[in-house]
Amino acid sequence: MAALEEEFTLSTVPLGAGPNGLLGVEQSDKTDQFLVTHGGRTVILYKVSDQKPLGSWSVKQGQIITCPAVCNFQTGEFIVVHDNKVLRIWNTEDVNLDKVFKATLSAEIYRIHSIQGTEPLVLFKEGAVRGLEALLAEPQQKIETVLSDDEVIKWTKVFMVFRHPVLIFITEKHGNHFAYIQTFSSRTLSKYTLFHGQEEKSVIQNFTASVDRKFISLMSLSSDGCVYETLIPIHPRDPDENQRVVRSLLLKTVVAGDARSGVALTVLDQDHVAVLGPPLPASKECLSIWNTKFQTLQTSRELPQGTSGQLWYFGENLFMLHGKFLTVIPYKCEVSSLAGALGKLKHSQDPGAHTVPHFVNWETSRGYGFGSQNSEQSKRILRRRKIEVNVPPPAFEQLLSTIKKDSEKDIEVELCKFLAVKRTPDFHTIVGDIVLELLGRHTTEPSFYPRNSLMQLIQTHVLSYSLCPGLMEAALEKTDVQMLQLCLQQFPDIPESITCACLKIFLSISDDSLQETEINMESVSDCSDPVQEKMDEQTEILQNGFNADEQNCDSCDRKLNQKPQDAAEETTSCPVVPKRAALLNAILHSAYSEMFLLPHLKDIPAQHVTLFLQYLYFLYLKCSENATMTLPGLHPPTLNQIMDWICLLLDANFTVVVMIPEAKRLLLSLYKFVKSQICICSELNKIEVSFRELQKLNQEKNNRELYSIEVLELF
Amino acid sequence: MGEFKVHRVRFFNYVPSGIRCVAYNNQSNRLAVSRTDGTVEIYNLSANYFQEKFFPGHESRATEALCWAKGQRLFSAGLNGEIIEYDLQALNIKYAVDAFGGPIWSMAVSPCGSQLLVGCEDGSVKLFQITPDKIQFERNFDRQKSRILSLSWHPSGTHIAAGSIDYISVFAVKSGSAVHKMLVDRQYMGVSKRKCIIWGVAFLSDGTVISVDSAGKVQFWDSATGTLVKNHLIANADVQSIAVSDQEDSFVVGTAEGTVFHFQLVSVTSNSSEKQWVRTKPFQHHTHDVRAVAHSPTALISGGTDTHLVIRPLMEKVEVKNYDAALRKITFPHRRLISCSKKRHLLLFQFAHHLELWRLGSTVATGKNGDTLPLSKDADHLLHLKTKGPENIICSCISPCGSWIAYSTTSRFFLYRLNYEHDNISLQRVSKMPAFLRSALQILFSEDSTKLFVASNQGSLHIIRLLEGSFKHLHTFQPHSGTVESMCLLAVSPDGNWLAASGTSAGVHVYNIKHLKLHCTVPAYNFPVTALAIAPNTNNLVIAHSDQQVFEYSIPDKQYTEWSRTIQKQGFHYLWLQRDTPITHISFHPKRPMHILLHDAYMFCIIDKSLPLPNDKTLLYNPLPPTNESDVIRRRTAHAFKISKIYKPLLFMDLLDERTLVAVERPLDDIIAQLPPPIKKKKFGT
Repeated sequence: MAALEEEFTLSTVPLGAGPNGLLGVEQSDKTDQFLVTHGGRTVILYKVSDQKPLGSWSVKQGQIITCPAVCNFQTGEFIVVHDNKVLRIWNTEDVNLDKVFKATLSAEIYRIHSIQGTEPLVLFKEGAVRGLEALLAEPQQKIETVLSDDEVIKWTKVFMVFRHPVLIFITEKHGNHFAYIQTFSSRTLSKYTLFHGQEEKSVIQNFTASVDRKFISLMSLSSDGCVYETLIPIHPRDPDENQRVVRSLLLKTVVAGDARSGVALTVLDQDHVAVLGPPLPASKECLSIWNTKFQTLQTSRELPQGTSGQLWYFGENLFMLHGKFLTVIPYKCEVSSLAGALGKLKHSQDPGAHTVPHFVNWETSRGYGFGSQNSEQSKRILRRRKIEVNVPPPAFEQLLSTIKKDSEKDIEVELCKFLAVKRTPDFHTIVGDIVLELLGRHTTEPSFYPRNSLMQLIQTHVLSYSLCPGLMEAALEKTDVQMLQLCLQQFPDIPESITCACLKIFLSISDDSLQETEINMESVSDCSDPVQEKMDEQTEILQNGFNADEQNCDSCDRKLNQKPQDAAEETTSCPVVPKRAALLNAILHSAYSEMFLLPHLKDIPAQHVTLFLQYLYFLYLKCSENATMTLPGLHPPTLNQIMDWICLLLDANFTVVVMIPEAKRLLLSLYKFVKSQICICSELNKIEVSFRELQKLNQEKNNRELYSIEVLELF
Repeated sequence: MGEFKVHRVRFFNYVPSGIRCVAYNNQSNRLAVSRTDGTVEIYNLSANYFQEKFFPGHESRATEALCWAKGQRLFSAGLNGEIIEYDLQALNIKYAVDAFGGPIWSMAVSPCGSQLLVGCEDGSVKLFQITPDKIQFERNFDRQKSRILSLSWHPSGTHIAAGSIDYISVFAVKSGSAVHKMLVDRQYMGVSKRKCIIWGVAFLSDGTVISVDSAGKVQFWDSATGTLVKNHLIANADVQSIAVSDQEDSFVVGTAEGTVFHFQLVSVTSNSSEKQWVRTKPFQHHTHDVRAVAHSPTALISGGTDTHLVIRPLMEKVEVKNYDAALRKITFPHRRLISCSKKRHLLLFQFAHHLELWRLGSTVATGKNGDTLPLSKDADHLLHLKTKGPENIICSCISPCGSWIAYSTTSRFFLYRLNYEHDNISLQRVSKMPAFLRSALQILFSEDSTKLFVASNQGSLHIIRLLEGSFKHLHTFQPHSGTVESMCLLAVSPDGNWLAASGTSAGVHVYNIKHLKLHCTVPAYNFPVTALAIAPNTNNLVIAHSDQQVFEYSIPDKQYTEWSRTIQKQGFHYLWLQRDTPITHISFHPKRPMHILLHDAYMFCIIDKSLPLPNDKTLLYNPLPPTNESDVIRRRTAHAFKISKIYKPLLFMDLLDERTLVAVERPLDDIIAQLPPPIKKKKFGT
């Protein structure tokens, strides 16, 4: 349950009121220390828990700080901009800002962003973005103009997405808003028009954003007092095109509609937002925490002395101006329970009443939750359902019609739009229908294979094999191993025949073609990491495999006869390339029923059986390297899965394996290893028995006495 | 709360007898259980599975069959060839009839409840007519070659099935002649065993006969054609018992491996009318042979050589998933087998055929909670008193001063005088017991050991004054006119003025001993009393019932005390009510009038009436000492029930003096160690 703790005032010096009073609060590289930039000339470093300043720096009279000071997390230095163009970089030892490093740039800076894990990023007023290092190397470099005339940046934020920064900024031009996403991994800038939807007349007042997998969820607080959500894909399909994104209503009337100032919004976590502003037209300004999932007001705090419409959230602390002082309100959000969110506070079940559990009726319970909190707020409950229900069908219809005739690219665009809209309860069936539609077109028109769209649909995590029969068959036909891997990971109900067909393809596909595909490698950690390094070092032998040893094993069937290797040496290296290993791991993870799988396994060619066995043997050896008998990595195959597959393979292909000379050595070493393991196990068995006896003796000692006098104290 | 020295006694070498038969009565929801020593116990399943009555065993009366007949009448038959009817009111044997067919192996009551069928050693099946006060032999069926081990009536009452050795016979009741003879395969997993014993048969209304046999098979026969329909091989050992539900949609079998299998009639495919018997659930609650099973509408009941009575509720039949749906395992009798002489620190243990007298040891050391103190003197076995004759001991008692021992069997009452001279004790039987003192259900000495109270099985209560070496009959309270119900529990007030007596179902009567008249009757409560005691000074009568309620009734005021009303108003803690063994003993602290000590088999509790009562939110059982909590919290969380679960299974607990307790435990492992070895099953890796 979200809760606001006791507030405290940070600055002892009264600040100038209004947005000019305080430019910003930023994190420093030490926890609990924050840089507060006063509008005007001062930067103060505060230690929040002690509520005292650690240092204070001012620019010369006549100069004015134009952008909040930030901390460069990589060097621990502080950076501030004064007079729009002048960068100052200093650290805590420096006393006078005039004497510190200075760089004058050729264009005006809007903001400097600094977050953990990357260098600071400088956003210019014209929309260009530069890394700090590049700027400092050549301060006077020319900065291009990205934005059109009259277009001004309203808000900006930076995220880390897969270890790369992604910068978003919102601009306004003639009442229209645009979102720009600058990604640094691919150095693309994509522009989106924020489409207002039905609420044309409202003016967006404040923004906040959070990032979730592939989308930036941009929330905006409009002048009608509602919070809207817009999902913007981080990696756009077509960066050059101006795309439109639709916003959907998230929370209704969180602040009074006519509030002109002092309104702010910030995301706290996945489900919670903090809103600053007057809840009712006449009321005092208020800080309130809303749960977006259940659309409930979690808690609120009145700020009777007014605020400035600025709100920052760092590390469990909310910073805002209250009156003329910078105020900190610590915020805690414990794991919220459904009952808590509904305001149902009865925790312990009445043990006398063992009745049939009654289910919560969502339609009615939403109201109750509010009633118990604050009856006058209940009129602000939103029923988002209405909007949800009438948005998807048109998008869906449109998408279906697009699928019927348009190009793959168009479909992707439409799909993006469709997926950006909030999910409905029957989302999985709709997605299934879309896949079936795509596959239908694929069968009639074999050249049409909308791979990207399909991948995107699979990644919605709602599909299963039975929802879209034919998808895996199509992928098999196209030997699309990436898609197959994805399906194996996502679908819970793949028939054994398909699993086996996948296995066949994974074993037979050539390394060259594997090299070109993009495969999720998270299940292969131990053998992939050194491999990656080797790839970097020895690029010249990349074409044939991934290193010399691998090459040996890859074509074991030929080489083993010529050059028998030491068994130990053979097993230390992975017999397959990491990409293939990742694919095979997907097979190992998939569910199966032995009876149905065995007949299909018989169809696998002998050399592939040997290869797979080699790989399994390798995994088995790897497993037994540590005491817990597990493989490192994110989702490694378990020992049981490995053993099961070894047994399955041997069961299915026993006669074949015995006949091939290549497999003989493998079987022999496998047998030797298993035998040694059994030895260990039997030893363990003996030890266990002794321990058990010891334990028994221990217990008997305590219990066996027929008579004793003991002391008992009752409390 | 207090620190006690606890004499932790584990030398009570009690082993319950194995269960031989169980019979469930649907009308009264009672279960009759017979044990290998001939004891028959009646459990009231509606009253929290309380063992409300018992009939003492007899060496020559091995019960082989037990059944209920119309009008709640209970019959048993055994290897002595007699059919016995029990008097459930007076708690004695009504009569015994010899069937003249040698040992009786099986018995079945006709569906209408008016006829009784017994299967005898000589291969005869005898039909008896049940008359209102007796049974009368009617006729013999066609004699078979070997003993009849199992019998079952067809629900219409026209045919019966009889299991013998190697074959099953189907008789027509009217003619008494065998209609079919169905031979059972002797082969057992390809090996021909010598004989195949049909341990149980069940005749279903559609004509199917289900048989269980010594080859581990459950077989379905068509009685119309005499053919085998279906065969389930379920065990490597004997399948010894079978019981079918009244709806005939499920049945239960018990095997010699200790497994109980549940069979159900289920549809072959969903929504098809064709049904077949499917083995659905195995239960392994026993370690030894499951000699008997019963099927109540909601539960499977099983018992066997390992002496546990197991009641396993069927989850699909239970409407409310509460604590009643939990498995019950009843091992110990719900009555006291131990009495204690506080003055001399003596314990008297009651066994089926002997008594043991032990003197507790002593220590001079002191210690803190949980310490085991060094013994300065170990416990002594003073006396081993064997009964004469084949009858089991019903009850026994040692006087608080330790100089009298009394016990009773079904036909004789014994009183002994003990003399202590230094370390020697001498035993002297008090002869010439009066004729009315033949059989006692409960014996009690007054606190000063001058009076003996005897509850006889005719409902009367005798008061006897004890003198040095002799006695004098003082008075007999006759039962109320019209009732013959026996009193099972007695309690006397420490000042000797009041005597409380309780029967199996009627309320508790309080007698004034000074004036020798009935003082009052405690308002009736619909659960049986499991223990009662009268507190010193206040003369409050504390009564524990089988539904775990505890009442306190002021005898002088003839009303419930304020505390009792308060706790009834607030209700007991739910965990208190969910305990599954009854309170078998209540005692009081001589110096702390607010304390009540009581115990069941798994906990002992001191109720401090001065403290607030716990509600369902408070922690009922808190074993940890409040070490680092402040006094405030301690006072806030303290409640009236101080519970200790250290000693279990706890058969007896009493206060010897202010600071000393005696606890008699009987660890289950010790009982198991004395049972015959179970069927050896090969376990992997052994």
